Parts: sequence; C-alpha cells; structure tokens
Amino acid sequence: MADGNNDIEQQIRDALDVPCLKPGAMEGLKPFVAAPEHQEKLGFPGELVPDWKEKALAKMKDLAEKNRAFQVYLDACVKCGACTDKCHYFLGTGDPKNMPVARQDLLRSVYRRYFTFAGKYFPWLVGARDLTEEVLEEWYSYYHQCSECRRCSVFCPYGIDTAEITMAAREILDHIGVGQKYSNEIIGKVKSVGNNLGLNPKALRATLEDLEEDIEDDTGISVRIPLDEKGADILLVTPSADFFAEPHIDGLIGYAKVFHETGASWTLSSYASEAANFGLFIGSYENMREIALRIRKAAEDLGVKRIIFGECGHAWRVAYSFLNTLAGPFDFLDQNYPIPQHILEYTWDAIQKGQLKLDKSRNDHLTLTYHDSCNVARASRMGDMPGGQFEIPRNVIKAVCNNFYEMDRDTIRESTLCCGGGGGLLTDDLMDLRIKGASPRMKALQQVTEDHGVTHMAAICAICKTQFSKVMPKYGYDMDSIVSVHQLVSNAIILTGQETEEDEQNEEEAA
Amino acid sequence: MAYEVNGQVVEHDEEGYIVNLSDWSRELAEEIAKTENIEMTDEHWEVVNFLRDYYEEYQIAPAVRVLIKAIKKSMGPEKGNNKYMYELFPYGPAKQACKIAGLPKPTGCV
Repeated sequence: MADGNNDIEQQIRDALDVPCLKPGAMEGLKPFVAAPEHQEKLGFPGELVPDWKEKALAKMKDLAEKNRAFQVYLDACVKCGACTDKCHYFLGTGDPKNMPVARQDLLRSVYRRYFTFAGKYFPWLVGARDLTEEVLEEWYSYYHQCSECRRCSVFCPYGIDTAEITMAAREILDHIGVGQKYSNEIIGKVKSVGNNLGLNPKALRATLEDLEEDIEDDTGISVRIPLDEKGADILLVTPSADFFAEPHIDGLIGYAKVFHETGASWTLSSYASEAANFGLFIGSYENMREIALRIRKAAEDLGVKRIIFGECGHAWRVAYSFLNTLAGPFDFLDQNYPIPQHILEYTWDAIQKGQLKLDKSRNDHLTLTYHDSCNVARASRMGDMPGGQFEIPRNVIKAVCNNFYEMDRDTIRESTLCCGGGGGLLTDDLMDLRIKGASPRMKALQQVTEDHGVTHMAAICAICKTQFSKVMPKYGYDMDSIVSVHQLVSNAIILTGQETEEDEQNEEEAA
Repeated sequence: MAYEVNGQVVEHDEEGYIVNLSDWSRELAEEIAKTENIEMTDEHWEVVNFLRDYYEEYQIAPAVRVLIKAIKKSMGPEKGNNKYMYELFPYGPAKQACKIAGLPKPTGCV
C-alpha cells in the first residue's frame, strides 16, 4: 500500500497499488461554471432555475424511462466492490467518493428516494436520500471527477457503466442551469465557428499553407493539405487540436504524407473542422447530433465518397458507434469502404499493400510504448477483426519503429488507464485532479522506462496528447515524450522522389 | 475580477483573460505578466507582439509551430524552439502568452 503521501516521487510504485483512503480529499473541487451565454447557446437555462428540484427529478425520470441501460445501472448494483479500485482518480486521489460505486451512489441514492418503493417509505434502510442543494454541489464536484473512461465497467460483473451515470448527471445539471464552462463553451464554438478552437476558415487555410511549406522545406517534396476541395474522394475529419497543438500537428503531417503517397484525392472541411464531439461528454443527445450533422453536411456539400477520422479518441467512439444513428443513413457514400473509416485503418492498409516506403531506423532515437486511449479501446473497434482497435495501432507502430515495448498488461488494451484528462476534464481549473489522475498511467510508464529504457509514449487521441504533454513533466519526462502515432509514420516515410541523407552521401562519393 | 492599471479597472474572467480585448495596453500586459510571475523582457515582447499581429490578421492565436517559426526568423534558431518558448512562458506559449497579449484563451483539446 502506498502511504498516501502526495509527493509524486514516493507514489512511483506499482501502477495499480491501492492508496490509503483519504475521505474528503477532493471534496469541493469545482470546475468553472458555464456563463449564461454558454448555456443558452446549447439550449440550456442560463443559471440555476428556481424550481430546480422538480426539474432535476423530472429529467431523471425522463432519462430512466428513455434510457433503459441507465435505469438498469441504477437498479442492478449489488455492492460487490469489484470496481472500487479500478478508477484512476480514486487511485490517484484516495478519495473514496472517487470509487466508481460511490460515484454512482451519489445519484443512485436520490433515484431510490423518489423512484423506488423502498426508498419512498424506508429511505434509511436502502441508502436513499433527499435531493438537496448539498447533493447538487456534490454532484457537480464528483461528476466532474469522472472522465467517462469506462475502465470500471470492464470489471463490474453486471457491466454497470459509470460513464452513463456521469453523463446523465451532467445532463440533469445542464437542464437546471448548472453547466461546466469548459465543455459548454467549446460546444458553442463548434456551432458558431465549426471547431473547438474557434479557428476560422481564413486562419485554418493559413495554418495549412504554412504546414505545406514546412513539409516541402523538410523533404523537398510538395505535399498538399487540401481544404474545402469539392469533388475530392475522401473527407478527413480530425480534431482541431491537430491544427494547433504539439505533438498533434506532427500527426496531421503524417496523415498528409500517407495520403500523398497513396495518391488519394482528399480534403479537409472548414465547416466540419472538428472531429471531437463534446456533446457526448455532457450526455446531450441533441448537441451530439447537431455536431455530427455538420460532418454529414460537409460530406454532402463537398460530394465526397468516403469519410475518414483522424486521431481522436471519443470522436472515434461517436463516429464508429453512433454516427449512423445520429446523422445517417450515409447511402450517398461509397459502400465499398467502412463508413466511417479510421486513419489508422487506412494507413495500415497502405502499409500492407506496400504503398509506403518506410525506413524504420528513422525512429531509432526513440524507444516506444503505446497508450490505448479509453474510448477507442473500450467503445469502438477498427478493421474487420475483434480487437482490431488494439492490434492495428500496434501493427502500424511496429511497422515504422524498431524499438517497442508494452506496458503492464493490466494497464493496456481493454484495461487501459485513462490519461487523466478525458471526458471534458482537460481544463486548467482541474489541473490538480489531472495530475493525480494521471499517476497510475505514469507509474506504468515509469516501469517500462526502468525495465526497457522506454523514452516515448505514442497515443491516438488529441486529449491524451495534450494531457500528457502537460502532466509528464511532473513525472520526470519531457513534454515531448508523448507522440502521435502518425508522427512516427511521418518520421519513417520516405516520400517518392525524396532524397535521403544516404542518397546525398552516395552522390558525394560518386562525384 | 479585474486588473488595475494607472487607476483604470480592467475586467478579466476567472482565469485572468481580459474580457474586452480593446482594454489591452502595454502597461496592462506588464501587470498581467506580474500576476503570472513573469518579468517582461525584449524576448517576451517579441512573442507578445507577434501574437497580437497574428490575431489582428486572423482573429485567433497562431499554432505553436507557426509562432516558433516566426520567432526563429526574427530571433534565430537558438530562441526559435519549443524549449525556449517554455522558458519564457512556463505555462505554455499558447495560453500564458495569449493571456499577457490580451487575447482570448485557445480552447479545446489544446
């Protein structure tokens, strides 16, 4: 057992060590509340409504009736305890309310009080409690200490998905006027500008032109990153962080090089310049649908035949699992390809067909491991084989790198640990939680650094990449120790016609 | 929530970003920098000025990569790199430098 000391160096032990309980350690943590203007853009009341209690209970009833899974999750828990030590926020903070069952109970106790026979008449017997302002505060705090990563659900014998309960709680809070600033402001930006960043078409175009220039300076080859090109075959929808942040942007360069080498006709869209869909995080079907419909409209307007998604974890969940329901049918696309397709499926296919000239030694300065992003690992698939979402990213990494080692089996694949910043928590006002929540993953990484000299970790999610670049320095790694998978592809690709250092040497010798 | 510069009150949000971008002045930038524990040098100003020029043209802050490329051109490769940008602005050139430059915070997964 860890001794509960906050000193991070002392915490570096086994990634899944159960910490000493610290009741109340994270009590009162409260991310910034959305301003009325952010709320109203999403169709929610601007501030706490006077009849909030009735509204909250009505919404809970509505959700339980519409979403059978939600009701089953509230009813089925037998308090077996299998989930208690499975949440990275519990492992990182020691706060017992961050145990998944305790997090669920914050809402379940109210559900029991108002919607079950026993809870109505004998609340003290069944852990039922009234909905009060204190309960509301607790909901706001602890339902913003869950990244909806679903690791706990893997270990629950009933498959209870805490993420669904967190989403429902946030949906209830939004409907009574208490939204979270980070997520709701961002959703508003997608609606008005087309992406989370607020990057307008002129700025996007300038950024892409700048990147084209960089690639040409670097390789001597002109590689295009097309925007709004009607009649292109493929629409690439990628997180807007790929246009802005490091190491995301290196991944974007990787996609462009792969498309270039495979001779693809592709384009980005300024209207659907965002893969992320934060509607999922706040449990709002309406907002999720509105964002998804932008992708459909862009695909129709541009007349593309295929839609491919870039490296973004929850976007791939929404795309793979819900896109057809939200914005389908996609009968206007080419039915010979997956709808939608993941960029890694595309790249792996190109590698298998021998369409890419790869020099693995160009990544020899790195020793890698791979962080499975939660939404890809536990809520989607890739390719046509079960487990493809685990194998395909690894296959691509191994095709472009010589040095690769896995982290502890209990911390990867379906048991992967969250980066600590997912589900709408990637905001500066939750930095303390983010650092603590990352500790299990960081310990698993430190283990492979010790055992195998791992220097870098690759990921395929914009949130994971940003989160790690911010928190890794707290654990003794440089901020650029997190890399995009397509950044590794980009490093290894030798573009057709590109002169390598070897070529130059040979030329010099010949001369 | 407000900064005070030369007797003037300038409103900012929960995170210290000014609410009305037209309130910005060099004196205010010095004041914001102080609250971030940064002492403004010529190098800091070079970055802040570039951000403001870019914002004027594009209504958004540039990608970190674009910023670094511009600084490389004006100040040379030993300063035009990510590491140096973080030495200048420990909480990141995008967010911290934007705050001092009086620009909105870049949002999203960044």
